[in-house]
Amino acid sequence: MQLSVIRVSRFARNPAFIALFAALAVAGCAKKPLPNNAADLGLGAGAGAATPGSPQDFTVNVGDRIFFDTDSSAIRADAQATLARQAQWLNKYPNYSITVEGHADERGTREYNIALGARRAAATRDFLASQGVAAARIRTISYGKERPVAVCDDASCWNQNRRAVTALGGGA
Amino acid sequence: MHVPERCMPELMKVNIAMTLHRRAPTPIRAVLRAAALLAASLAATLTLALAPARALVEIDITDGNVQPLPIAITDMISSDGLGAQVTEVIAANLKRSGLFSPIDKAAFIEQISNPDVAPQFQSWTVLNAQALVTGRVVQEGGRIRAEYRLWDTFAGQQLDGQQFSTDAGNWRRVAHIISDAIYKRLTGEDGYFDSRVVFVDESGPKSARIKRLAIMDQDGANVRYLTNGNDLVLTPRFSPNRQEITYMSYGSGEPRVYLSQIETGQRELLGNFPGMTFAPRFSPDGARVVLSLNRDDGNADIFAVDLRSRSTQRLTNSNSINTSPSYSPDGGQIVFTSDRAGKAQIYVMGADGSGQNRISFGAGTYSTPVWSPRGDLIAFTKQTGGEFAIGVMRPDGSGERILTTGFLVEGPTWAPNGRVLMYFKEGAGSGGARLYSIDLSGRNEQRIPTPNFASDPAWSPLLQ
Repeated sequence: MQLSVIRVSRFARNPAFIALFAALAVAGCAKKPLPNNAADLGLGAGAGAATPGSPQDFTVNVGDRIFFDTDSSAIRADAQATLARQAQWLNKYPNYSITVEGHADERGTREYNIALGARRAAATRDFLASQGVAAARIRTISYGKERPVAVCDDASCWNQNRRAVTALGGGA
Repeated sequence: MHVPERCMPELMKVNIAMTLHRRAPTPIRAVLRAAALLAASLAATLTLALAPARALVEIDITDGNVQPLPIAITDMISSDGLGAQVTEVIAANLKRSGLFSPIDKAAFIEQISNPDVAPQFQSWTVLNAQALVTGRVVQEGGRIRAEYRLWDTFAGQQLDGQQFSTDAGNWRRVAHIISDAIYKRLTGEDGYFDSRVVFVDESGPKSARIKRLAIMDQDGANVRYLTNGNDLVLTPRFSPNRQEITYMSYGSGEPRVYLSQIETGQRELLGNFPGMTFAPRFSPDGARVVLSLNRDDGNADIFAVDLRSRSTQRLTNSNSINTSPSYSPDGGQIVFTSDRAGKAQIYVMGADGSGQNRISFGAGTYSTPVWSPRGDLIAFTKQTGGEFAIGVMRPDGSGERILTTGFLVEGPTWAPNGRVLMYFKEGAGSGGARLYSIDLSGRNEQRIPTPNFASDPAWSPLLQ
């Protein structure tokens, strides 16, 4: 319980986390929430309100990732909205180079998933380019199924792992 | 040509004369019947033309069950513990093959003290030991001399006998070589025990997995790491004739295919491609590597790289994923995965890219095709109904058989004799994959011990 209280204060600027950790504290649940994006991991939101134009601003306020259907690289409607926000932000801050990381869930074979992740990264890059982001700023890389963010053995995790992450700078 | 590691440049092999012809006739029958039964029933099950010509004649092939051959493997006589260690490796190999059933030593009646003297066959036949192994191991300086004899207990005859001398550090290899000799003498097929496996060792949590290339003997012994875990490495594969592997590494930014010398660790980038390269595999003559190149549009095509000239040849050109190429053993054809028809399926083409034909038509998706070293089968990973499976089919796509299924089973690799497959398998909630082997019949699934989680096994040819 002590730990939860401390964490709540550290994430105090992120209302979602207050709610989440409060819920966990009440329930006495020891299970960690699944990290979903950089903000959930406390990478962006903890230090203070994101400075406009900062990587934290991009991750927290724009959203750095989109998700895909199984074995598909089609950009879904919800993903189009996220990418449109990304493009708007990237066009406003043109000094960032970008790496789009394509990922697959664990329900495919290794080599095929490397190819699938590459196709997702390319589709994401192409969509950003169609929104005016200079293609020359965008590098792509595929991690296949080698870098899951959510680790469990059911669809709740696989849905989060089928993703393309727009990373500012060189990327991970 | 590089000299293979742990190869035995000074290995001397001597056939031990079969001096013991006392009781001549009704020979061999028991052992051969058993051996032929194995071969015949396997042939019946698998419709493979295996079988030694000598055996099939008088066999009832209606019995599809493989009954492991009872075999007594006595401790090699030695003045130290080495004899027993060699024996243990041999017994474990034969047992793991599923074709032999080593008899518990505690049941032995006769204690072999002089392997040059014929055993009392009756004390072995009463145990129903159809074959008997005796031998000795002598250490002299830094070297050992190992000899063994294989006996047909019911016929009262020596079937085989050989002597090896080599550096003492090679004792496990000697045990594997003797295992292969016994296996071949009793089944008529080449063995696979004197071989190694390169694989990806996996440690740390799944969300931050450390992957290292590692190499080990086929039984899991002598694990040695080839990379330090700093870079993400995947899909190692052996050269058929050099101490060299090819694999994919995320080392310096762009993930690419590399060649690496097993002994020196010396590594070089393969080819000068404009994007990510992956899914490499050697040609059967070791002269080329086929791999996938990621195209700018996100799709992937297959290329062949000539290792001498480093010239490249494009083999596919379709707006789809084309990957996991694997040569036929004669080098004339390549099997690969493509989703050009919508979902991942298996295709076969000429080694020059000609005549690309789909061969898999079952429900679900198919990937990771690997051509058997015998040429008669293609192993694959299949996904259907939320489950993974390893199976085999003929090169024309007919005769599909599933060997094993699970939450995740992936990436088959063939033993050098085309009789056994290794792959990685992970149960739901188990946290990671382990290596397993299975007989082509779909029986005798065995876990291969590894220090950590492990994936992407690739079986070497028989060592030279």
